[in-house]
Amino acid sequence: MSTTTAVARSEETGRGKTGEAAPRETRIAWAFLAPFAVLYVLFLIWPVIYMVISSFFNTTLVHKGLGSFAGGANYAEMLSKHEFWVAMWNTIWFTILTVVPLVLLAFVLAILANRVRRGQWFFRLAFFLPFILPSAAIGIIWNFIYTPDSGLWNQVQKWFGNDSPSPVLATPHLAMIGIAIATIWWTIGFNFVLYLAGLQDIPRELYEAAAVDGATPWQQIRSITVPMLSPTTQLVVLLQIIASLKIFDQVYLMTGGGPGISTEVVLQLVTNTAFTDYRVGAASAASVLLFLVILIVALVRVAIDRIRSRKEA
Amino acid sequence: MSTTSAPRRTRGVSAAAPPARQPGSKGSGRSFGIIAWTVLIIFSIIWLIPSFWAIKTSLTANSTASLGAIPIVKDWHLTTASYQTLLKGGDIWQWYLASAVTGVVTVFLSMLVCTMAGYALSRMKFKGSAVMMGLIVLGVMIPGQVLIVPLFALLNQLGILGTYWSVILPQVPQVLAVFVFKHFFDSLPKDFEEAARIDGAGYWQTYTRILLPLSRPVIAAMSIVTFVGVWNNLLLPLFVLTNPKLMTIPVGLATVQGSFGQRYADIQASSILGALPLIILFLIFQRQVVEGVAGSGIKG
Repeated sequence: MSTTTAVARSEETGRGKTGEAAPRETRIAWAFLAPFAVLYVLFLIWPVIYMVISSFFNTTLVHKGLGSFAGGANYAEMLSKHEFWVAMWNTIWFTILTVVPLVLLAFVLAILANRVRRGQWFFRLAFFLPFILPSAAIGIIWNFIYTPDSGLWNQVQKWFGNDSPSPVLATPHLAMIGIAIATIWWTIGFNFVLYLAGLQDIPRELYEAAAVDGATPWQQIRSITVPMLSPTTQLVVLLQIIASLKIFDQVYLMTGGGPGISTEVVLQLVTNTAFTDYRVGAASAASVLLFLVILIVALVRVAIDRIRSRKEA
Repeated sequence: MSTTSAPRRTRGVSAAAPPARQPGSKGSGRSFGIIAWTVLIIFSIIWLIPSFWAIKTSLTANSTASLGAIPIVKDWHLTTASYQTLLKGGDIWQWYLASAVTGVVTVFLSMLVCTMAGYALSRMKFKGSAVMMGLIVLGVMIPGQVLIVPLFALLNQLGILGTYWSVILPQVPQVLAVFVFKHFFDSLPKDFEEAARIDGAGYWQTYTRILLPLSRPVIAAMSIVTFVGVWNNLLLPLFVLTNPKLMTIPVGLATVQGSFGQRYADIQASSILGALPLIILFLIFQRQVVEGVAGSGIKG
């Protein structure tokens, strides 16, 4: 199931081939690779390097070049800045608010949808369609739903007996929850589809054998589906955490970081520092710090994989 | 789904679904089915409400839409006035043009360079392949959006800031597409290529005449996934396309809420118009979209 295993596998085959490389074939191979390799190094690898370098300089958008050497000043500034820690906490809070429901709900809905014989296309359409919409459309749709007082959300709250419901996006402690709900609605289809694909990889014979032994559907799910899906779950959790840590669009479109800075996230602090204050160096330092958090999440996954495979061996 | 197992898998999800009822568990099977259906129906209704709400509002008069939820529900004098205003207004056509140009050019270039790279990595033995493979594996872990600031500086230095190229070129190298193509090529039998080689075909001819036609379904799926990604990208065009005439759909939509004020029906209609090409694409190519997304396993 997991792309990471696919990645690892292709790495091995790639390595296995190098032994018998012919010079002519090497030249042709690089000719085929060159267009991708050039663009890849230029637009993905080099920006990472430049980000790290400029984080140690007083680089600005106003002057050309890197500017004067700043040492660790940009990092010291970020790490001692209240706004940075608020943005970092908001990013993590958003990640917590979205990862848990996005994984659990997608898991449950996929298992149920996989069991129904008819109408699966309808559920797939209902859950997956929002995922292909632009974030800008999501922002428009949900801002309108969250219109204070007369909007759909507050109206439904009134029907349930809350006579003066709080405006979701204008209340500091509710705004991020509102953004998280819109995000769950928007992106659940991705996890749902990954789980449906994972469910297909479970051999049908397992269920048949269990059914012959008299296992109920609930028992089958508990003892076959859930454990067999655990590689999918690991992948979904990892991808979801990384996707949530990169949050920018929804906050930019729905609250602009407000009220105050109560929903400001790291990527927004980065773009504000770079494109409003023109301070590329400081923005790069904040980017590197976010980058490190994401990297740690990815490395934790690798570590878990290692421990697990060692236990199995 | 593992990318490797994708090609041999049966298409319909239902084909692999476990049998709903089995002897010995008939009663609980039925009650399970009813519960599953109920839960799914409730959630799919909840999931459809926001879309329907946007559509209903867009077909309501601006004057009614600004009054709130209850007037919108009660008013069933549907009107397409908002759509007419937007389509006559002109801005949306410019956004469509910008999104279509950047989307189509990016997808074309991306599929070209990624299939070429996948071909080299799958079929050729060469020095440096391990290094390249390692670099690509590394690339999967790099969160592209975090690089917006250095990317901006780079595009500025290259002198293409503010042009379509500044949106197109950074999105051409799609690491996952290379993986998907490499694995697909790995799964193809080599007989055709060997036959072509005997007939005197070079690497380029083998690539264009044999591999590309054989991989049409995979290329279609990856094209759609890439196109959706480019069409929906907000962050990159927002900061690098400084010319308002070159706004893409997401950037244009982001300005709508500020500039349209209380014209809520117009605002909702613009979001639907902005998403419409993707919705049509999805309804036509639903299978390719879903398989492409699940097959690539990682997005963004």
